[in-house]
Amino acid sequence: MSAVAAPSVGQATQWRAFRAVLRRDLYVTWRELPAFLAQVILQPLFLLFVFGKVLGSLNLTRHGYANLLFPGLLALTAVITAMQTLAFPLVAEFGWTKEIEDRLLAPMPTSFVAAEKVLFAILRSLVATLIMIPVGIVILGSIPWRWSGFPLFLAGLVLGALVGAGFGLLMGTLVQPQRINLLFSLVFTPLLFTGCSQYPWPSLARLRWFQVVTAANPMTYVSESLRGALVPAVPHIRPWICLVALVFAVCVLIAVGVRGFYRRAID
Amino acid sequence: MAEDVLRGPSTGLAVEVRDLVKRYPRSPVNAVDGVSFGVAPGEVFGLLGPNGAGKTTTVGMLTTRVRPTAGTATIGGVDVVRDPVQARRQLAVVPQRSNLDRSISIRDNLVFHAAYHGVPARERERRADELLEQFGLLDRARDKPDFFSGGQSQRVMIARALTHAPRVLFLDEPTTGLDPAARLFVWDRLRELRASEVTIILTTHDMDEAALLADRVGIMDHGKLLALDTPEALMRSLEGEGTLELAADRPADGAVVEALAALGGVDRVERIQASGENGAPPPAPESQPLRVRLYLTGDAALLVAPAAAVLAEHGLALQDVKLAAPTLEDVFIHLTGRTLR
Repeated sequence: MSAVAAPSVGQATQWRAFRAVLRRDLYVTWRELPAFLAQVILQPLFLLFVFGKVLGSLNLTRHGYANLLFPGLLALTAVITAMQTLAFPLVAEFGWTKEIEDRLLAPMPTSFVAAEKVLFAILRSLVATLIMIPVGIVILGSIPWRWSGFPLFLAGLVLGALVGAGFGLLMGTLVQPQRINLLFSLVFTPLLFTGCSQYPWPSLARLRWFQVVTAANPMTYVSESLRGALVPAVPHIRPWICLVALVFAVCVLIAVGVRGFYRRAID
Repeated sequence: MAEDVLRGPSTGLAVEVRDLVKRYPRSPVNAVDGVSFGVAPGEVFGLLGPNGAGKTTTVGMLTTRVRPTAGTATIGGVDVVRDPVQARRQLAVVPQRSNLDRSISIRDNLVFHAAYHGVPARERERRADELLEQFGLLDRARDKPDFFSGGQSQRVMIARALTHAPRVLFLDEPTTGLDPAARLFVWDRLRELRASEVTIILTTHDMDEAALLADRVGIMDHGKLLALDTPEALMRSLEGEGTLELAADRPADGAVVEALAALGGVDRVERIQASGENGAPPPAPESQPLRVRLYLTGDAALLVAPAAAVLAEHGLALQDVKLAAPTLEDVFIHLTGRTLR
């Protein structure tokens, strides 16, 4: 057996490994499709039904509230789905199943393993969000839609998914397995309700302190950009401010998240 | 070319480790403390030592999962720190605990692992089936790993590791926690692998395993490599030294040990001390019931009665006697004054 060193790994090998890992994730999602759909759709579906339909039918919300809520729920779905796709599996994989080790030993840089997780989270997030459109039509009868707002809509969704992925990466690498319950109560719930998905941000002027709190949640800018795209008549934060805030949040979250990932991947 | 610079001089070794050190943050001591060794292609190399000796950390550094504090390590001439991606291509790891992908069948575990390593589609299907058969797993190919026993998981992980035809296979405590039948099965498969070209590095705290499987054994303790040779040579270093191990019912002072050493045919006497649990300092030998090992120049059987008499003179009762030719454990005890477990 010759011990002459093999040629250095080319980009092709590294990308092949990356694609194989992504294929594995898609394969598993495909085989567990009903579970995936239940996981991502149920929560926004109930929110939409209760707040959009039930409260409206009882005249407890003002006319048009459903239109205002719908973009917010899309934002919520985009962020939360990406976050869940990353956070829970990561905590488990680093914590006890150790499944991630086989990927970390594949011939690609450690950053590729993290990048694949992020890309997969974005894909799942986009699928989940787009499914909400027909669901919305069925439950509400009609949904607000403007093709002229589509570029902003898409940008808001992708950045929203990236924000969620960043949060997921951060939590997935920081949270110890035995504290996974805390993740739910201390992080998910506050994020869920301070992200302006159920109310437009400018209307919070009457509740100043809460307005300040919500401004610190990146999800707010996802909700507001989608409102700007779909229901521009409702007062909303200006789109360029949303996009700048989101790009900034994505950079910070991904940078810190990848750092956490490296810390867990290599001793 | 830049790639050549990365590789360094080729020594013809499958694995080469030079002055490797790992110190974890906030730790007062080095987990691995200046270890050097080389492993030839096709060799089976065993790292033997108690828990916490630094074996797993050494393997972690060689397999790119632990960053060395100092020193170099190469796999097939590739520096694991400077070119970890290329190094990963050449190696495979079978960890102590299962890290199988629980969402997919064991056959898919093998197929996807091969895909990660760039094995072409048809080839990976073929290799997966071949390896599943070799490891007696064909009838469970479609099962998910969830309900597999430790021994079965271990077999799947070894099969998985081989799907990308690694040059160097690392096995971390491959049979720890397995029942005897499963252990024999894994040993048989590993002995088959010796016939192939793959280089194997295994860590173990089981001296039988090391003696049975390894061409050469490195004995580690406290992060240092204390001895390195073939099992036969290591045991021969204690030759002429059959041993007689005595256990008494109560602790005793040094006078007994001296009296035993003065018997004819006794070369020297070592007190045997239990290893501390999980790195804790071992209890003082004087506080434990006396356990000694007599290294002999003559026939062990003839010394049992005189040794028992010495103990009786000191008010001790003989509880246990063991006669033995030297084993790797004796080598370890000789080097460290402690047992392996």
